Amino acid sequence: MSKGSIAEPPERGTVQETRPAIQRGNAAPSGPLGTLFNWGTATYNFLDGRLGIGMIYRATAAHPIPRSVNWWYVFGSATLFAFTFQVVTGIFLAFAYVPSPDHAYQSLSWITHKELFGNVIRGIHYWGASAMVLLIFIHMTAHYLTGSYKYPRELQWLSGAILLFCTLVMAFTGQLLRWNQDAYWAVVVGAEQAARTPFIGSWVAQLLTAGPVVGGNTLTRFYAIHMLLVPGLMFGLIGMHLYLVIYKGISEWPVPGEPVDPATYWENYQRILHEDGEPFFPAGTAKDAFMGFLAGAVVVGLAITVGAAALGAQANPIAPANPRPDWYLIWYFALLALIPPASENFFIILFPLFGFLILLLMPLANKGERHYSRRPWAIAVVIFAASATGLLVWYGYQSPWSPVFINDVTIPSVPAQAMRGLNATQLAGAHLLHTEGCMACHMIDGVGGQRGPNLSAIGSVLTRNELTWRIMAGGNNMPSYGNTMTNKQLNEILAYLQSRTAGSAVIPQSGSHQ
Amino acid sequence: MSMTMQELTRKLLTREAFLGLFTLSFGAVAGLVVGIPIIGYVLGPLIEQPPEIWEKVTFAGGPNRGRPVMADSIPIGQTEEVAFQARGPLPWAGTTATQGAWLRRTGPSSFIAYAIYCTHLGCPVHFLPQPKIFLCPCHGSVFNAEGINIGGPAPRPLFTYNIRVQNGHVQIRTHPLPVIT
Repeated sequence: MSKGSIAEPPERGTVQETRPAIQRGNAAPSGPLGTLFNWGTATYNFLDGRLGIGMIYRATAAHPIPRSVNWWYVFGSATLFAFTFQVVTGIFLAFAYVPSPDHAYQSLSWITHKELFGNVIRGIHYWGASAMVLLIFIHMTAHYLTGSYKYPRELQWLSGAILLFCTLVMAFTGQLLRWNQDAYWAVVVGAEQAARTPFIGSWVAQLLTAGPVVGGNTLTRFYAIHMLLVPGLMFGLIGMHLYLVIYKGISEWPVPGEPVDPATYWENYQRILHEDGEPFFPAGTAKDAFMGFLAGAVVVGLAITVGAAALGAQANPIAPANPRPDWYLIWYFALLALIPPASENFFIILFPLFGFLILLLMPLANKGERHYSRRPWAIAVVIFAASATGLLVWYGYQSPWSPVFINDVTIPSVPAQAMRGLNATQLAGAHLLHTEGCMACHMIDGVGGQRGPNLSAIGSVLTRNELTWRIMAGGNNMPSYGNTMTNKQLNEILAYLQSRTAGSAVIPQSGSHQ
Repeated sequence: MSMTMQELTRKLLTREAFLGLFTLSFGAVAGLVVGIPIIGYVLGPLIEQPPEIWEKVTFAGGPNRGRPVMADSIPIGQTEEVAFQARGPLPWAGTTATQGAWLRRTGPSSFIAYAIYCTHLGCPVHFLPQPKIFLCPCHGSVFNAEGINIGGPAPRPLFTYNIRVQNGHVQIRTHPLPVIT
């Protein structure tokens, strides 16, 4: 085989060359069945002569793949399945969705609660988005670990990296289209982060909000980006990605000790295809179909049983909100809460920039070992990235750094079991823990926030003087109450806190305070 | 061995070269003609800024919700959430046609209006009337009644809007989304 023969210009197809099934037509049955068969052949020949479908068949379904292609190769096509799901359900959601800030939320609410199968279609779109984000990361990880991005598939990786970026843009803009409080404030938070870009920050922020503040232009822009701009770009990139699968072939499963050498790789790959290759259809497609079916079944199953994400409250710039991103971005939300505030200005811009830049520049190292067993650092990177992301997603949902508000507005109250057997002063103190906002950050017997120390048994840990000092002076993240609290109030709170001892705590707590 | 000027000219001025150049330059001109207005259209929000104007302020919540805030309708020292119309809202802006702020009366006719956006990442801060603090629900930044950051990751005090009292009405000067650059 010559160089590039995998996509050699095919001759005009004839039935006998391309479709073995029809070739057997030499032994076509006689009688009406035979007539039908001949009609079929004639129809095929008519179409092939005008559309070249035999050529397409030979270039795609019949193109040879290495026999070593295994179950690790199914995630690319599964991602494509998920993308197809998104395109189809997205089109039908657009039948009813009104991309205008005064009706977007209501139309989505109608789709979810009133429209026939609306909740299922929205559910598929929602879970399909999660599936696509998950699958594209698994796809990338698998091909990173097997070094498939090395020669001659560097641009395959590059197009995939841009597709990954597009997928995250789709995920972000998609959650905005709900136009609920999370969406509204995600735009604000996104603009505030973009504003940290050096020199052009405030311009970028105003472009994101498409005006001086989030308003009438904002949603339509994100809608157009989500519906037209990025999907169009993705269609093109997916086309390139699939073309390269055929032009440069599916990588063979790597063998430890057989590094990639651009001088010999292609010849060697052609030999593998020749000696140990098989057509993509049906050996490769069977695995892909199974995985695609599995992904589809899970997505549709979740859409029917769990349904789409709750809509929450409508976007409102003046109502209280407690915004949270969806899971595929909550790890970043968690990360920003955990890093030292002083480093934020650099971090907010540089972290995503460097992350993406590393992905783009990775194919520069296009030689050497492909197998993960000879690339321990690759394994370390994957384990670190996966566990860090998993941990951050979990931590993002816990968000112990966030003050707790009931229904986004009310400070929690001290639970009834922590108010038993108190005298009048202590009771007044327990009430003050609610009105002074303490319970937003501090927990008593399982109720309240986790930002500050748990107070369930604080009386056994700190003396009256130490408590007084902390309340009046503040410190760490605790505001000082010295200017706003009366002596009477302080004494009541102290009386209550001193009654919280190891013996009184329903759920005994080790003093986790500073 | 080197080409003479005449040979070079003859080589460059072939029919093919001319037609190729024509195709490319025609495409480039067409791209520019369509591209420049599109870029201008996309960057429109930066170029066409609605004017900053004084807007009347209304109560954003509580029993007086929607009523205009008069100079004496908030007791001195108290802070209330207020709403005002965003700059030049589009007819379909819906709820986003309004903006929120925390209005604190500091004297007989003096007010401070704090932006609702936390200076950390822009989440809407809550005001707790009893301890007189602003608390951010996202990462727990705390600001005192004067808007000074006293806890959490917020790097600076709350942003403020300009306020004036006109014929008894409290008015606010509209302002773009305050950001830290």
